[in-house]
Amino acid sequence: MARIEINHVTKQFGSLTALDSVALKLEKGQIVGLLGPNGSGKTTLIKILNGLLQPTAGNVTINGMEPGVGTKRVVAYLPDRNALPDYMTASQLMDIYQDFFEDFDRQKAEAMVDDLGIDRRQAMKKMSKGTKEKLQLCLVMARQAEVYLLDEPIGGVDPATRDYILKTIISNYNEDAVVIISTHLISDVESVLDDVVFLKEGKVVLHQAADEIREEKGESVDKLFREVFKC
Amino acid sequence: MEWDFKGGVPIYSQIIDEMTMRIASVAYEPGEKLPSVRDLAMDAGVNPNTMQKALAELERKGLVFSERTSGRFVTKEEKVLKALHEELARKYFEEFADKLRKIGMSGEDIAGAVKKWLEDIR
Repeated sequence: MARIEINHVTKQFGSLTALDSVALKLEKGQIVGLLGPNGSGKTTLIKILNGLLQPTAGNVTINGMEPGVGTKRVVAYLPDRNALPDYMTASQLMDIYQDFFEDFDRQKAEAMVDDLGIDRRQAMKKMSKGTKEKLQLCLVMARQAEVYLLDEPIGGVDPATRDYILKTIISNYNEDAVVIISTHLISDVESVLDDVVFLKEGKVVLHQAADEIREEKGESVDKLFREVFKC
Repeated sequence: MEWDFKGGVPIYSQIIDEMTMRIASVAYEPGEKLPSVRDLAMDAGVNPNTMQKALAELERKGLVFSERTSGRFVTKEEKVLKALHEELARKYFEEFADKLRKIGMSGEDIAGAVKKWLEDIR
């Protein structure tokens, strides 16, 4: 059984088809890049994996379970926009995570928060956009989860922080976990990916190992992306 | 030592080249213990599976060896290191000769030019 199974998932919003019969099996021990231009269905797919949206047809399982209480225990989710109460300080948010998630490693979160120079006593709403994103990522990555669903984790941060985040993902990597990173900033993440999934207009148009792409096509994943999604 | 990856070449093969160079240039000395896969992966900013794959290939080539519990080490075998130097030198000569042939030089021209160059820089 694969860690994540997506069985012919279709999602329609009225007449718009956001996902069109997406089928994927993702094994543990992998870092997977979910890549596609804006509006290709990345966030919709991640929300379905989190049980925040229901598919119109098909189903998904994580460790054989449909999204619900059982999967939330093992899934660490970084949403594409802030979902935390922003009147709270970094310290209070760490308290919340500690209460909610058994696998939350408080020490690790504090170390990351300090490394990134985030003031633990500052309310989230007073933080800059980038700092808010950093804090959310610290909270998510400090969990010892089996599945990490990271929706645009590096979109709004500076290149130095980007390196730190990617290093955090690498150092956090373990054989039992699967990490899914959705992004369109491909050149920044491609060296950390095992597998690459291209989503185009709600369909999977490619699912291949990143190094295989470089070997077969003699070009980077970034370059291939620019070709496949040429406007 | 900085890692720098090019676009269209598999990352594991670029890691193999870089590590080979580090061993040949004794940046990693014979018999030296290598950092862990995770530390190397973090340093290079690559996926740990990719680093693992590259190290396995270096092991297959005999440039590094594993001790079951204590990690990976650079080979101490002089024969292997000597062969590595010869292999690298041959590769560089090929690249160099290739360029000179493209600008119309024959094997003899190249040999003569190399000799002259060596005398000039002396």
